[in-house]
Amino acid sequence: MKILAFAEQRNGQFKKVAFEVVKAAQTISEQLNAEVIALVVGNNISSIAGQLGGYGAAKVICVEEPRLELYSTTAYAKIIAEIAKAESAEVLLLPASAMGKDVAPRVAVKLNAGLAVDCTALSVNNGTITATRPVYAGKGLVDVVVKTPVKLFSLRPNVFTAGNSNGTPAPVDIRKVELSDTDFSAAVKEVKQSSGKKDVAEADIIVSGGRGLKGPENFKMIEELAASLGAAVGASRAVVDAGWRPHDEQVGQTGKTVSPSLYIAVAISGAVQHLAGMSSSKYIVAINKDKEAPIFSVADYGIVGDAFEVVPAITAEVKKLLGK
Amino acid sequence: MKILVFVNHVPDTETKVKVGADGKSIDTAGVNYMLNPYDEFAVEEALRTKQAFGGEVVVVSLGGDANKETLRKSLAMGCDKAVLLKDQSVRDSFAVASSLAAYAKEYGAEIIFCGKQSIDYDDAQVGGIVAELLGWPSISVVVKLEITDGNIIAEREIEGGHEIVHAKLPAVIIAQKGLNEPRYPSLKGIMDAKRKPIEEKSASPADNRVEVLALRQPPAKAAGKIVGTDASAAAELVRLLHEEAKVI
Repeated sequence: MKILAFAEQRNGQFKKVAFEVVKAAQTISEQLNAEVIALVVGNNISSIAGQLGGYGAAKVICVEEPRLELYSTTAYAKIIAEIAKAESAEVLLLPASAMGKDVAPRVAVKLNAGLAVDCTALSVNNGTITATRPVYAGKGLVDVVVKTPVKLFSLRPNVFTAGNSNGTPAPVDIRKVELSDTDFSAAVKEVKQSSGKKDVAEADIIVSGGRGLKGPENFKMIEELAASLGAAVGASRAVVDAGWRPHDEQVGQTGKTVSPSLYIAVAISGAVQHLAGMSSSKYIVAINKDKEAPIFSVADYGIVGDAFEVVPAITAEVKKLLGK
Repeated sequence: MKILVFVNHVPDTETKVKVGADGKSIDTAGVNYMLNPYDEFAVEEALRTKQAFGGEVVVVSLGGDANKETLRKSLAMGCDKAVLLKDQSVRDSFAVASSLAAYAKEYGAEIIFCGKQSIDYDDAQVGGIVAELLGWPSISVVVKLEITDGNIIAEREIEGGHEIVHAKLPAVIIAQKGLNEPRYPSLKGIMDAKRKPIEEKSASPADNRVEVLALRQPPAKAAGKIVGTDASAAAELVRLLHEEAKVI
């Protein structure tokens, strides 16, 4: 049996989730007695491919050409499906990233397969893989099985542990997949990076602000605390709807569901839909004037006080600690 | 242009998840339902597309009679016609998408809009599956859309930035929050919606590919520690985060 792990790269660099996906494949492969094959798609990427061996790939297949420099839904879907067929892979693991969420449903259709998305745990019992995934933005968890012969799972970034590479390089197998212009019917032409901005979906630490900050100008102290921690800035729905912050920072049921190591909620009361999006964070800090605020029910550490005084003090302490 | 928009009828964002008697789905007692928030952006974009190119907007939902409420709201926003693909069974995304795709083919849709995910199962699969079944391009988590002479230039959200995607019609556009500001139904719209027909058809059969074994609540967090009540607690908080939690 073979497991195909799609290792996402951008600009010739693996995303952290690529290692998580390969390592997760290796973890379940032991019980399934399976071989782990990693797949990398892009341009000029064969030189980085071998390092996936250090996370458990027995072999890395590379499909590269200039047209694959930027992501294309249709072309990437075709490549992943073709390689899965050529390898007779029965299990495919992908990241539940912007790329993985986009491509996986199309790959599943091509392979007549079912797909469990955004999984936060995989377990194997008597050869059957059971996946756990959050629903209702994390207010519930479901255990699911995929019933088709070929099974796809996408894994939530930041949840599975990649650990350190054991340094074993894997052999790299460069393959060609025939692609016509129609295979690029949806293709990225340009990537606009928000300069220096960390994304809440990928960040290890998030500092979020809510309506209690009273105005968009007061997010400066949130940004300063975030900068001192190397964290991303998040926001509650109320402040996004008020136009204080861009919606890509919104955490919660109609924003992003996040699982960072540390989530600092500043002047956020903690509406059900916000708690849903962040309560799976490993550590939660709440800073709020109202000691009855629901955010304290999920917080590991709380300060019941005025954010305008407390936050700058924390920033100063962090800088002292980290020697900045 | 023949414009289709898919909408789902979902428990609202205030819903607290309580496991139902079957152990697999939520207890729906006392739950309020709403038009799936992401689908609202899809409806709005469909209406704007009609404003630009003419034609009609047909709104489609798969489910039971309760979904009529969401179809009515879409009609009140300005959709021309509503179709309920009737089905009471529990369907996964593939089974939903295959019926929607079959209807899209039958109708002869030229563009399809849907939301990036339903806020109940957060599956985010339907748009991509429909596009693949139809052999169309799809663009997901779209926050900006321009259509000129059948050419699409869309902006989609990725981690820490945006991708500019080019595609041609027909296509499936999967809406993200921020794509537009959905309109509120006008009083006239609400009155008109009462007179607009909701066509009922039986949803084409499809098999589920993913089976839910159990729904459970996430483990509850133990009550935390109140470190202090003013700025003097900052040093202790940072010490705890550094030494106890080891996260900074």
